[in-house]
Amino acid sequence: MSAPGLQESRALYRLGVITPARKRIFFGVLVLAGLALPRLVYPVFLMNVLCLALFASAFNLLLGYTGLLSFGHAAFLSSAAYVTGYVVKAWGLPPEVGLLAGTAVAALLGWLIGALAIRRSGIYFAMITLGFAQMIYFLAVQLPFTGGEDGLQGIPRRPLLGLIPLESEGAMYYFVYAVFLAGFFVIYRAVHSPFGHVLRSIRENEPRALSLGYDVDRYKLVAFVLSATLAGLAGALKALVMQFATLTDAHWHKSGEVVLMTLLGGMGTIMGPSVGALVVVTMDNYLSGFGDWVTVIVGAVFVAGVLGFRRGLVGEALHLARNFPF
Amino acid sequence: MAVAGVDLRVRRGSIHALIGPNGAGKTTVFNLLTKFISPSAGTILYQGRDITGERPADVARKGMVRSFQVSATFPNLTVLENVRVALQRKLGTSFHFWKSDQSLRVLHARAVELLEAVDLADLKDAVATELPYGRKRALELATTLALEPELLLLDEPTQGMGHEDVGRVVALIRRVAAERTVLMVEHNLSVVADLCDTITVLQRGAILAEGPYATVSTDPLVLEAYIGAPE
Repeated sequence: MSAPGLQESRALYRLGVITPARKRIFFGVLVLAGLALPRLVYPVFLMNVLCLALFASAFNLLLGYTGLLSFGHAAFLSSAAYVTGYVVKAWGLPPEVGLLAGTAVAALLGWLIGALAIRRSGIYFAMITLGFAQMIYFLAVQLPFTGGEDGLQGIPRRPLLGLIPLESEGAMYYFVYAVFLAGFFVIYRAVHSPFGHVLRSIRENEPRALSLGYDVDRYKLVAFVLSATLAGLAGALKALVMQFATLTDAHWHKSGEVVLMTLLGGMGTIMGPSVGALVVVTMDNYLSGFGDWVTVIVGAVFVAGVLGFRRGLVGEALHLARNFPF
Repeated sequence: MAVAGVDLRVRRGSIHALIGPNGAGKTTVFNLLTKFISPSAGTILYQGRDITGERPADVARKGMVRSFQVSATFPNLTVLENVRVALQRKLGTSFHFWKSDQSLRVLHARAVELLEAVDLADLKDAVATELPYGRKRALELATTLALEPELLLLDEPTQGMGHEDVGRVVALIRRVAAERTVLMVEHNLSVVADLCDTITVLQRGAILAEGPYATVSTDPLVLEAYIGAPE
């Protein structure tokens, strides 16, 4: 599976347009902007974007950098959300424990599903992940602790570490922002690590990587578990933000939506999935007046995006930058 | 069944060629040896050990490294990165997703050395896909050599190359074979004649003849089946 956006950023590196110093400035400005943003924009909207941006970035680690299209990532998002919600609500544990518990369950689930799914590739891989995600959906409907159709409602926002109150949206935002940055950094680091380089070679030419002595399946599995874990972190965070965990996040729509966000923003680019998440959440928010037509509009935007901007928004921007005199 | 009853012995330190018409099973033998295909019967011994049940990555780690019939590079990596991927495994950090890729810089000197051996050092920052075909094969060879294999399996190393590149690759194979064993599939008979100690002729999945070029090339069975009537 090719990721045209990835080639673009690498070309810019070679041309010297992207340099380590410029990259530090870019991310520095972005991080500062994120700190100031809740003064300008409704924090709950921002937190929703951050959670889904982390979700899509985790997904991109698998699709864009490993070349595996999972169609079951909703399973990790939702299972972590339910577990976090339950641990915090029913057992009265603090949010950081809830977050860890939810993420750990997603990691375990990722290992179980991944170990079976990586035995196949392409469409079969996608179908196995979808199959498992459907089972998780079934469990979410049937198990008593999830609240079935109603979902898990009224998850309290207990103080962080027993000290910092998270009731206000402002405080909650900075907590979510910190977790997002940490998760994003893990993904960034994984992409630019010795492990990331092996993943890239597997995506580029799997038989060749195998003939060089790389146990391809083990690398894929680690990538899968990493992706599932971070998708879980996003789900756990979302449950704390929204104070509920519902079937919406377990539904296969969500697995499709993350593909859409990643492709729209630019798969194989580090910023692409976040931009895609921002666009999709914005559309959902501002177009909600159109009712069921939202799906049609989002679908049309997606089709237009993929046909017109094959590299995704970020990928196209990088491509333009190639011809821009710096 | 693609091959059956092929009792092939490759002597350590020799250059051994596998020739035969299309469909004779040459690549299948390669795939079996490197475990890309599992044999339904028979055993594979490597350095006296039975490796029949091992996985492809294990076989490669034991020093039996193959190349492919069509050029097998990592197309969107640079020339240097192609070789570095092969060198990287030795560092033992290939699963370290928390470590910066700056830690791979220690491999650059060795990678450039390997590229120099195939005259690719000037092109180290080019993207592999942009290289002409012959240069891609050279890169593939450099990548394979990065693993310092004891047994090198080359699947038609000169296929699709221009005259000049063929000469260069033959010289390179001769040079690297000084310290290792080479088993190669080859169509180009002039390459085989010059280079190889032993030649095994395959036909329809079985061995037709075996021996040095002088013997094999005059074997009437071989002449009839493969080389054809004298011109």
